[in-house]
Amino acid sequence: MAAELWLQFVLALDATIRMSTPLILCAMAGIFSERSGIIDISLEGKMLLSAFAAASLAALTGSAVIGLAGAIIISVLFSLLHGFACITHKGNQVVSGLAINILASGLTVTIGFAIFSQGGQTPFLSRDQRFLPLELPFTETIESLPVIGPSIGVIYSEVISGHNILVWLAFLAVIVTGYVLFRTTFGLRLRAVGEKPEAVDTAGISVSWMRYKAVILAGILCGMAGAYLSIAHGGGFVREMTAGKGYIALAAMIFGNWRPVPVLLACLMFGFLEAIAARLQGVDLPLIGQVSTDLILVLPYVLTVILLAGFVGRAVPPRAIGVPYVKER
Amino acid sequence: MEQKLPRWIDIGLLPVINILAAFIVAGVIIALIGENPFAALSVLVKGAFFYKGALGYTLFYATNFIFTGLAVAVAFHASLFNIGGEGQAMVGGLGLGLVALLLDPLLPPLLVVLIAIPAAVIFGAFWGVIPGWLQAKRGSHIVITTIMFNFIAASLMVWLLAGMLMAPGQMSPETRSFADGVALAQFHTLVSYVGLSVAKSPLNLSFIIALVACVGVWVLIWRTRLGYVIRATGHSERAVIYAGHSPAKIIIITMAISGGLAGLMALNEILGVQQRVILNFTSGYGFTGIAVALMGRNHPIGILLASLLFGALYQGGAELDFEFQTITREMVLMIQGLIILFSGALAYMFTPMVARVFASYISSSKGVD
Repeated sequence: MAAELWLQFVLALDATIRMSTPLILCAMAGIFSERSGIIDISLEGKMLLSAFAAASLAALTGSAVIGLAGAIIISVLFSLLHGFACITHKGNQVVSGLAINILASGLTVTIGFAIFSQGGQTPFLSRDQRFLPLELPFTETIESLPVIGPSIGVIYSEVISGHNILVWLAFLAVIVTGYVLFRTTFGLRLRAVGEKPEAVDTAGISVSWMRYKAVILAGILCGMAGAYLSIAHGGGFVREMTAGKGYIALAAMIFGNWRPVPVLLACLMFGFLEAIAARLQGVDLPLIGQVSTDLILVLPYVLTVILLAGFVGRAVPPRAIGVPYVKER
Repeated sequence: MEQKLPRWIDIGLLPVINILAAFIVAGVIIALIGENPFAALSVLVKGAFFYKGALGYTLFYATNFIFTGLAVAVAFHASLFNIGGEGQAMVGGLGLGLVALLLDPLLPPLLVVLIAIPAAVIFGAFWGVIPGWLQAKRGSHIVITTIMFNFIAASLMVWLLAGMLMAPGQMSPETRSFADGVALAQFHTLVSYVGLSVAKSPLNLSFIIALVACVGVWVLIWRTRLGYVIRATGHSERAVIYAGHSPAKIIIITMAISGGLAGLMALNEILGVQQRVILNFTSGYGFTGIAVALMGRNHPIGILLASLLFGALYQGGAELDFEFQTITREMVLMIQGLIILFSGALAYMFTPMVARVFASYISSSKGVD
């Protein structure tokens, strides 16, 4: 009984990592953008567009790598559009993000329908058109060890091994984001344009160009998140397949106070909620009875509101966020 | 060099240029997927205005957009960006439904309707007040909280409609139908009483309520003390404090009005057509309200015109779906995104260009260089 429960828990952890990956990539994208002062609610739309681009290109060319490249390019293009509206034309950042999200919902289905005539979906991708799980060495050996195998060994074989390359890249992205933001001159300047752009401007650095660089980085990460959904985790594009994940990533970013490691933990927590919600559907728990999955899935939003309200901790956004920079003349 | 443009350019010409830009991009995309954009436009216009019953449908959709557009606009006047119209409309519909379901066995239908309408307003207002309160008292950014409240409302609706409110013996997440007569009369039945006959459409009395709401919002914002303070809050909170008002109170009141207006959208869909609460009856109209408010420059007349445009887009879009092999309803969503982009985020992209043309026109007509 205990062994079975342990295995269930380990499998839930495994699912947590799968569910968290797009959130992590997206949230890191959000950190880059928002740390530079550009609100990015278009994470959702960019992820949807890149999921579509990845699946379409993988289906048409047969190559997952081309799919990923296409996803990143599309996402960066829409990031640039967001930048063009918000940085160059000083448009409202929320409105621009919203426009991209709605545009993404419309464009993906419209173009998908025109190319594949499958009601907005892409064809189901075969194994060689996707990023497949990578089995780490010795999983079988470790799992078959006595005592250690079923207890700790399963963590190695189930949770750590068996993920595709994008999962690994997501965790790498956290390290890179942390390093770039807090250990490089570039990162210092990027954070500075989000806190006090006048100071950066006085130092002779272009605020606009810094912010453009930030949204491009956000685009790259968001593109990877989209590709993960359609050609790594899933086997094709389905309409509205992001299903609010971009907003959950946004919530995680706020929850983690725009700092890479706390944001990673928030993503893992929200991913874990998603993973157990799927597992608890219709299951009778001892003492509690059935738990409504709707109530579990709504928790990320509720928790974020509670945090934003300052009842536990405090969310402190970058100071100059949402404010277009107007150079003094 | 910066010259102030005359009003007719700012509120007349520029929005038209922005919409044209959106339509041109949409036309290019339609051409790219292998259809004739002009044929599509022609079907869109005929489908929205000229086919039998089309106009009724167009006005029916416009009714939704008037409510949600006004909701966004009122908040905008206080510099609050209420993205939560979708959730507020859902909860408004929930309030309306609860009242109807509880009271329809007890009271005559007309009385139920008269209680259900304020219930929609109050529930919608409640869902707007929480983010408003969080913004005013706790400094939580209203954009983020209203986004979160949309999701929370959606979950709440699934949980209730697939749970305790689900009609017995049925599989889809919706309530039982209200008693006969707990509805707002549809236009085609109304005119049949006076011996006229028009094509059947879901257009109903909510449209009249929407027009009244337009006037109400105009009076509120530009002709009352409260409206003045709301606008003042939008410009400068400090000035409002100096004038002896509490910005926090104004923010909360504004969000209540905004949420209440969004809640009214439920009248059109639920009392006008469904006569029961169904899942996703808001189908994105709350978000479209943002586009409507942006295009209509937060003025009731502008919102009315923008609502008509979007109503026509939705109705005409349905016809596009029928008549073209490769065009689906989502085309409308795409056009909507483009309109928000051009008339919202890039609203001032064409301003310098228009200003230059205007300046050269002025100088040439005056004969000076």
